[in-house]
Amino acid sequence: MRFQEKVVLVTGGGGVIGRTTSGMFAAEGARVVVTDASVADGEATVRGITDGGGRAMFVKGDVTDPASVAAIIQAAVREYGRLDCAFNNAGMNLSEDNDWNPAAFEKLMAVNTTGVMYCMKYEIEAMLQNGGGTIVNNASVNGLVGSPLQPGYAASKHAVVGLTRTGALRYARQNIRVNAVCPGATRSVMTSKAMAISEEVSRLITNMAPMGRLAEPEEVGEAVLWLCSRQSSFVTGHALAVDGGYVAG
Amino acid sequence: MSQDLLGKRVVITGGASGIGAGAVAAFHAAGAQVMVADLDAERGQALARQLGPTVRFQRCNVAVEADVAALIGRAREELGGIDCLWNNAGMLGEYGKAETHSWEGYRQLFDVVVGGSVLGIKHAAPIMKEQKQGCIINTASIAGLLSGYGSHLYTAAKHAVIGLTRSAATELGRHFVRVNAIAPGAILTPLIFAAEGGGPEAEASARAILPKVQPVPRAGLPEDVAALGVFLASDRASFINGAIIPVDGGASAGLPWNPLYEGRQQ
Repeated sequence: MRFQEKVVLVTGGGGVIGRTTSGMFAAEGARVVVTDASVADGEATVRGITDGGGRAMFVKGDVTDPASVAAIIQAAVREYGRLDCAFNNAGMNLSEDNDWNPAAFEKLMAVNTTGVMYCMKYEIEAMLQNGGGTIVNNASVNGLVGSPLQPGYAASKHAVVGLTRTGALRYARQNIRVNAVCPGATRSVMTSKAMAISEEVSRLITNMAPMGRLAEPEEVGEAVLWLCSRQSSFVTGHALAVDGGYVAG
Repeated sequence: MSQDLLGKRVVITGGASGIGAGAVAAFHAAGAQVMVADLDAERGQALARQLGPTVRFQRCNVAVEADVAALIGRAREELGGIDCLWNNAGMLGEYGKAETHSWEGYRQLFDVVVGGSVLGIKHAAPIMKEQKQGCIINTASIAGLLSGYGSHLYTAAKHAVIGLTRSAATELGRHFVRVNAIAPGAILTPLIFAAEGGGPEAEASARAILPKVQPVPRAGLPEDVAALGVFLASDRASFINGAIIPVDGGASAGLPWNPLYEGRQQ
């Protein structure tokens, strides 16, 4: 039970990776604050945890709105008294991004990059109140390497790595660690949508990694939990690939 | 203590001291059977005796292929297979300006640091491929990512370890054998004391300096590196392959926060 009594925030907690990771934190004793733009999805995550005897609460939120992000953190601290860990996982991709579409680009930057910046800002404020904490951002492998079809997605995720490194350097002395997790294609709704395009695309995505399969959401969750745990207390500013070897070559 | 490595069969080279000894202790505590390999038989045997019957010692010079073959062969025979090989043996080698390097010094360092990992992978890969699972960890260094953290030769050798890690990961990943590297920053070990000139004064100086050389304001310890090794060797890291992971308190993320910046906050 690595997270007994810890308070953990998970953004995009209604998605597959967010839901799985929320459940894994709860199973190790954490009180989990699940936030998502979708009430139905976020509440389903919380129900999954509380039905199993875990502790969690849902806060509806929009990471592109700083007031909403501030309110999420306030709600977490009001209910559970503190904030120890955050997994900034909310993110999206858009098929229009393939065409270098300006509106799609703006939207992706707003959600994937600016959203993470707002979350970090208010999470760090809260963590400084209780002597430190750990943050993990979801940067995707496209935070490390380009993607021929997704200029806005890759740009927005590379920016998350920049925020991660900068936050790590800035707050190391105040006992706040900031790392990123960079999953390759993961068995999730986002990936199934892309794989539905054609059999060829599906095969391509599956074989992208040398290990020849998709990541299971639990494998991403394990990396997030490790980076949030005491075992990684000398690791900060790193973007950890969980990709079966995809970015290695 | 978690038992994340219960039943795992592990070989750790350079396991008698420093990061390696920390790794042996952590793997043992996590439930693994460990074969410790090292040049220093006295220290290695003492460590094995201290930890008990699930820890064995084999003398090994990782730069000698017959030694590595014997080590891997014995591990396979006595442990019944190898779930994790940690190529950790290393040395600092020659220091000095470019024009002072000797060919012998270059060969010796590369034989141990790069050659040791090449031989470890060569002999463990067939066993792990047959098992359809395995994990290889290479000890790289922050000097494998950046210059300025070691001599030219050490920097070059550790960069090579990272290249080897990535390349082996792409081949062996298809066989469910994961290959990753750990890049420690400044870690409080005898190697650091030696770099400081050796002796108790060097140790005292290292202890005083190390909390200041990276953004995280404490000295890095062998257990920090060992903890990442335990994670990588566990089933929790089952999709992490070809990763180069620093354990450096943020040193490789950029320049640390400087108190001079404080005035800028107003």
